[in-house]
Amino acid sequence: MQLTLEFGGGLELLCESVKIHKVNVDLPDGVDNLNMKHLLSWVRTNLIKERPEMFMKGDTVRPGVLVLVNDCDWELSGQLDTAIEEKDVIVFISTLHGG
Amino acid sequence: MEANGGDSSEIVRELEALKLRKSEIEHRISTLEAKLQETTAAVEPCDAVSNGYSSPSSPAIEHGLEHGLSPDQIYRYSRQLLLPSFGVEAQSSLLKSSVLVIGAGGLGSPALLYLAACGVGRLGIIDHDVVELNNMHRQIIHTEAFIGHPKVKSAAAACRSVNSTIKIDEHVEALRTSNALEILSQYDIIVDATDNPPSRYMISDCCVLLGKPLVSGAALGMEGQLTVYNHNGGPCYRCLFPTPPPTTACQRCSDSGVLGVVPGVIGCLQALETIKLASMVGEPLSERMLLFDALSARVRVVKIRGRSAQCVVCGDNSSFKKQQFKNFDYEDFTQFPLTAGPLNLLPTESRISSKEFKEILQKKERHVLLDVRPSHHYKIVSLPDSLNIPLANLEARINELTSAVKEKEDGHVNTGSFTNPSLYVVCRRGNDSQIAVQYLRESGFDSAKDIIGGLEAWATDVNPSFPTY
Repeated sequence: MQLTLEFGGGLELLCESVKIHKVNVDLPDGVDNLNMKHLLSWVRTNLIKERPEMFMKGDTVRPGVLVLVNDCDWELSGQLDTAIEEKDVIVFISTLHGG
Repeated sequence: MEANGGDSSEIVRELEALKLRKSEIEHRISTLEAKLQETTAAVEPCDAVSNGYSSPSSPAIEHGLEHGLSPDQIYRYSRQLLLPSFGVEAQSSLLKSSVLVIGAGGLGSPALLYLAACGVGRLGIIDHDVVELNNMHRQIIHTEAFIGHPKVKSAAAACRSVNSTIKIDEHVEALRTSNALEILSQYDIIVDATDNPPSRYMISDCCVLLGKPLVSGAALGMEGQLTVYNHNGGPCYRCLFPTPPPTTACQRCSDSGVLGVVPGVIGCLQALETIKLASMVGEPLSERMLLFDALSARVRVVKIRGRSAQCVVCGDNSSFKKQQFKNFDYEDFTQFPLTAGPLNLLPTESRISSKEFKEILQKKERHVLLDVRPSHHYKIVSLPDSLNIPLANLEARINELTSAVKEKEDGHVNTGSFTNPSLYVVCRRGNDSQIAVQYLRESGFDSAKDIIGGLEAWATDVNPSFPTY
C-alpha cells in the first residue's frame, strides 16, 4: 500500500531528519484492512531510528503529538481504529511551545 | 587605517556614553507620551467612554456619524474602511474592542504592531522580561535603545509611535495564577504569544473560566503553528492536549534556535485572527490548525477535534473553577520549571570551576578537554585544543575519546611517566557536561570532571571577550 508519511514539529529528528517519507506498507499477516494501530507499529519498526519514547507511549503516540489522516485529526476518525487506504497522507506533528 | 589603540578606545567610550544618553532620552519620550495620553483621556472622558478610545480631534457626534468614527479616524483607517468585506462597521467594532497580548517576544512583536496599527481600541501587553541583544533578530518591536529595559515599556513605546490614538495598558509582571483572572478579565480577546508549556495551559484554562477566545501561536526552529481556542463552542488547549508532553519534547528557542521571520509570520497571523474575532469578520481558525513549514514553504490547514465533553476544564462535568485555578501548580503539572536552576548531579570532587581550568591551562598540565555540545554549536565557538563529541553520540564514539586520552599518555612514554592525563568536560551551561561526566565515570574514565557553568562561566569569570550565544 502506497502511503505518504510526514513528520514535523521536531519528530523528523527521530527519522534521520527526513520530513516526508513515501513508503510502501504491506498488510501484516492475517490482516485484511490496515488501520492506524498497524501503521504506528510499522512506523516504529521501520522509520524511527532513535528515542522511540519521543514518538510513542504504550501502543499510541506520546502526549503532545497530533496525528492527521488526510489533513484531519485522527480523533475525528477513530484514532487507532482509523482505516488507512491507498495513497493516504498521514502527518505526525509535535506541538510547539516556543515563541 | 592608522588609528592607534588610544583613539579607538576613546571613540568606543564616547559611543557608549552617547548610546546611554540616547536610551535615556527615548525612555523619557515614552514616559512623556504616556503622560500626555493620560491627560488627553482625562480631558475628554465622554469620548473615551463612548467608543473605548480617546481622540484629540473633534468628537464624531458633531458630524452626525452613527458609526462613531471621528474624521481623523476615518482618514487613518480609510484603507480598511474601503474594503467591502470589512468596512466601517468592522472598524467600529475593532475600535470598541480590547485585546491582551501575553508575551512581547517573537510572536508578540508583529502581533502588537499590527493590532496597534489597525485600531484595536485598547491593547494590553504583559511580559516580565527585559530586552536583550539576542532578542533583536526576531523581536522586531524592540529597538537597541531599549536593551536592558522592560519589554513591555519598549513594546508600548513602539505601539504608541505607530498609533497614539489607542489606549495601551502596560503590565510589567509575570502572568501567574494569582493575577491571571484579574488581568485577563479586563479584555475581550486573549493572544497567547508565550514560549512555554505551563503558561500555555494556564492561559487556556483561564480563558475557559472567563469565557474568552484565545488566539494561540507557537514557533520553533523553522516551523510554526496557529489556532483559535475556546471560541464559539470550539475546543480548548486541554481538549487537544489533555496530558502535557514529556519535558524532553519541549524545546526552547534559546536552546534549539529559531529563524526570526518564522515567529514573525505566525505573530502576523495571530494579529489577523484577532482582528477577525474583534470585528466579527470572516471565519476564525477554530477547530482548525494552521501548520507552517518555512523550509519547504508549505502552509497546511488541518481539521482538528471539537470540544471534548470529557475535558477536565471545559468538559460537561468539569469541576474546575476559579478557586482550583488559583491553586493549580502549572509548573508541576507540565514538569517544566520556569526558573530552572542549574543541574547538580555530581559531587564537588568531580567538578572544577572555569578559573581552576584556566590555571590548568597556564600550568600546561596534561589533559584532554572534551566538549559535548552539538557540532553546530561547536562551530560557533570553542576553546582551543578541545575534542568535540556531542553528548547524544558519546556512547557510540567513546573510542575517539579513548584514543585522545591515550595520545596524551604516549607523549610521556620516554620519561617513564604513565600517569593518566586529566579529563575535563565542557558544554554550553554546565548541565550536559555533568551528565557526560557521570556516564564517563561509570565507563572507566575515573578522572573525568566537568567545568562548572560551562562556556558561559568561562566567558563571565575568565575571558569576557569569549563569545556567548
